[in-house]
Amino acid sequence: MNTFLSRLNSLFAMTMTVLAGLTFCCFLSTVHHTHHSIAKLDTPSVLVRQAPDYMIGHEINDLGHMTLNIDADLNHLFNWNVKQLFVYITAHYKTEKNAFNQVVLWDKIIRRGESARLQYSRVNPKYYFWDDGFGLRGNPNVTLALQYNVIPNSGRLLNIYAEGRHVVSMPENYIKGRA
Amino acid sequence: TMGLLDISFLSDLKRMNKRQVFYQFLSFGMIVSSALMIWKGLIFVVVLSGSMEPGFYRGDLLFLTNDLEDPIRAGDIAVFRIKGRDIPIVHRVLQVHERDDGYVKFLTKGDNNAIDDRGLYAPGQLWLEKGDVIGRAKGFVPYIGMVTIVMNDYPKFKYAVLGLLGIFVLLNREA
Repeated sequence: MNTFLSRLNSLFAMTMTVLAGLTFCCFLSTVHHTHHSIAKLDTPSVLVRQAPDYMIGHEINDLGHMTLNIDADLNHLFNWNVKQLFVYITAHYKTEKNAFNQVVLWDKIIRRGESARLQYSRVNPKYYFWDDGFGLRGNPNVTLALQYNVIPNSGRLLNIYAEGRHVVSMPENYIKGRA
Repeated sequence: TMGLLDISFLSDLKRMNKRQVFYQFLSFGMIVSSALMIWKGLIFVVVLSGSMEPGFYRGDLLFLTNDLEDPIRAGDIAVFRIKGRDIPIVHRVLQVHERDDGYVKFLTKGDNNAIDDRGLYAPGQLWLEKGDVIGRAKGFVPYIGMVTIVMNDYPKFKYAVLGLLGIFVLLNREA
């Protein structure tokens, strides 16, 4: 019984050591990758209105709405140590009230094995583009960027920008009507 | 070369076999890693819920940094606590609004959740602030934290393991 337990103990310790070593090698083998890619973004229609945000006590804020064209091929980013790409499009801009604003408009989870060829035309954003205030109307520089979070089997979690940003100049006038 | 090996500490090294040298390096490595962790403010947390699936599952381990110089941006994976509650939540930053004076407020959402986290925040709280954030996830190791989750969810298992360890120690002593 004694030798059985101590053999079990050695086996367990060996298994853990090998697994730890493999996990570490998995991380080391891809630590130098740059995850570079290029994306083409466009906004076929851009609108802005003022509306009460019922999620924050009906406070009235600027609400932007822009449809998106997305063209990017991220298939080459996958390897044995990338299990998922969390892809997202952010709009960042400056307003009088806030020196820096960044809002996610659209996101997608791509798991290894699924196609990472993004081709979207005139899609609606996934999230409401609320500003904290009235800084969207007439804002000359709202920059859209495609980013992705590379989630490994083990290793560093990185957020990378795709090359290719798109600058939007917001309309000078609000449109009327309900959000 | 005989002259060099005459120096006493080098002859000690010669006498140590390969395993001992290896363990020396390992201990040194552990000290260096601990120092690095303390210096960089590195801590780790176990993922407790399925709200970030399929990226993170319950039991996965995340290494966090809390570098105040590195601003929090949309897409970052932030680990935060709601005021008055103990459990750390691991979700992704959805919106950031930063004023000139440096005050930042942000909104989060779990990848696997349909809606943002406003329903999770404290009553009346609409945004998270820097003070709520424990750190941001920069590194990932799968499965390792499963032990702490099993120990928490099944206290009988915890007592069983402790009991077995106790027996093991006692048996060894007698032998």
